[in-house]
Amino acid sequence: MKEGFRQAMAWLHTWSGLIFGWLLFAIFLTGTLSYFKDEISHWMQPEVQAYPLDSARSLGVAQTYLQQVAPTAARWFINLPDDRDPALTVMWQDKLDPGRRGNFIQKTLDPVTGQDVQARESMGGEFFYRFHFQLQMPHPWGRWLSTIAAMVMFVALITGIITHKKIFKDFFTFRPRKGQRSWLDGHNAVGVLVLPFHLMITYSSLVIFMSMVMPAPILASYAGDTRAFFNDVFPATNNAPAQGQPGKLLPLLPMYEQARAQWDGGHVGRLGVNNPSDVNASVNVFRASSDNVVHEFDSIVSFSGTSGELLRTSAGQSLPAIIGGSFYGLHMGQFAGPVLRWLYFICGLAGTAMIGTGLVIWLGKRQLKHAKSGVMPFELRLVEVLNIASMSGLMIAIAAFFWANRLLPVGFAERSAWEVQTFFMAWGVSLLHAVLRRGRQGWVEQLSVGALLFVAIPLLNALTTSHHLGVSLATGDWAMAGFDLTCLASGVFLAWAAWKTQHRAAPQTRAGRARSLTLKQEAN
Amino acid sequence: MKSKTSLALPYRLAVTSRVLAAVVGGYLMASLAAICLALWMPTSRADAVITGMMSSFVFYLLAVLWCFACRTAWRAWFGVMLPSAAFATLAGVGLWMART
Repeated sequence: MKEGFRQAMAWLHTWSGLIFGWLLFAIFLTGTLSYFKDEISHWMQPEVQAYPLDSARSLGVAQTYLQQVAPTAARWFINLPDDRDPALTVMWQDKLDPGRRGNFIQKTLDPVTGQDVQARESMGGEFFYRFHFQLQMPHPWGRWLSTIAAMVMFVALITGIITHKKIFKDFFTFRPRKGQRSWLDGHNAVGVLVLPFHLMITYSSLVIFMSMVMPAPILASYAGDTRAFFNDVFPATNNAPAQGQPGKLLPLLPMYEQARAQWDGGHVGRLGVNNPSDVNASVNVFRASSDNVVHEFDSIVSFSGTSGELLRTSAGQSLPAIIGGSFYGLHMGQFAGPVLRWLYFICGLAGTAMIGTGLVIWLGKRQLKHAKSGVMPFELRLVEVLNIASMSGLMIAIAAFFWANRLLPVGFAERSAWEVQTFFMAWGVSLLHAVLRRGRQGWVEQLSVGALLFVAIPLLNALTTSHHLGVSLATGDWAMAGFDLTCLASGVFLAWAAWKTQHRAAPQTRAGRARSLTLKQEAN
Repeated sequence: MKSKTSLALPYRLAVTSRVLAAVVGGYLMASLAAICLALWMPTSRADAVITGMMSSFVFYLLAVLWCFACRTAWRAWFGVMLPSAAFATLAGVGLWMART
């Protein structure tokens, strides 16, 4: 490493990018899809009907339902329908168990009739969202791995900027149809074009899990008492414990309205009721995160459940908390309206493309040396297989996930788990296929299969539900129509990519011929 | 770095050493820097901790860049451990002052 600073940084960029590139590609693509989490869920659960929003009615319906079904629960949560997510969901937990997470029972209700919605069991967009940072690994390993990947991404980004000194001059140079050169120009262009997005999304992902990955300051400053730190940061979670005497919970609607008045008409995201049947019942009204760019962890108005008395409103945030909340809010993009949301989506795709082109360039450069001999060393072949499986294979897996949603019978046992299984099985088959097929053929075949699967999704939707494009466009169900059209566009893009790959096959076939020649010679 | 001859065992060991210095040493330095900020920032305790955690990743990044930019693997370790020691001393003083 004597060649000087920029070369050293280029070396670091190349290798950190290669080793984490495949994982980062999957993290970026699933994260990009998560910006349309609610819309994807809507497509995947078409039984959940959208009504004009009426929070008073929804809240009444939810409270009546919970009082009938779970009067003695330890906690209730009510998520009201909003512009993006038409579902009224209620959750309850029978016993508080701080050591364990997620022992909630969740139901989706019809906000008009109050009946359980018999929607097909599906994780919907939540699957991509969870995969994006948990990577289908047991808690907390997935979060650790994804945050480590984020740190590597941060290093790769900064070293990429250092390497690429003529950053703005080169940005206006795009040399199409020049093979390796075009890939590099493309890599630089998408990298620089959405550079602020890349920096924001990468640094914020570190900030989101900072108390998990960088606990040293908490431990030092609070003498090892992490709970004391979180109580300082989120005082709202300190609700009074149950007294053990039965009490009567007041209607939630006046508290909902009072909370909104506190926020000058801001929106309510969810309501939480602690010990609903106790004298000490308390109601927490949480502000919708779509109200502000800065995510407020503590934007809660608390009431006594039995007297309706206002117990607490959250104070303003300090500057460091606002900075942290801005990172959080900008990463999640929950404040974004339709236009900004699409911009987020496009930026996410650009990031995914930057990672993908980087992986292709790494291999392309090294393949050139072996083009004449036609024999590829093991490590290059390994990178090629992983490139194919991690990129086109992931596309196929995503499409397969959507197909499973429409093809598995609605009453199928463990249905939602089987959708996820389908995703991973399709991905596994893609990997196997990439191992068995030679490079370019592997690409072309997988891209073609992906293209077919995606292009056919609107058709599949039309055949299996009554929400096809004719209906969704006519009724203005933009989430449903947008999903179908985006799948169609993705399919067309994959088909174009397959065609391009096939078309540029000429030099490769020459190499292939050379390879068969050398094989023959060896045989002789 | 690119020529075949330089890929000898000493070269590989040096690269491994640099990687360790960057990953482990860098994390140590970032943690200690964050502790210093958490203890010495003149804001409330929780805010100082948040600031420390939030800025730690910049320290980590700088440590990683240093480990691969410097001349030798020894320098990489030296360049990471020296600030670590300084931060550790500062943090120790801070902790001692908080106790008394």
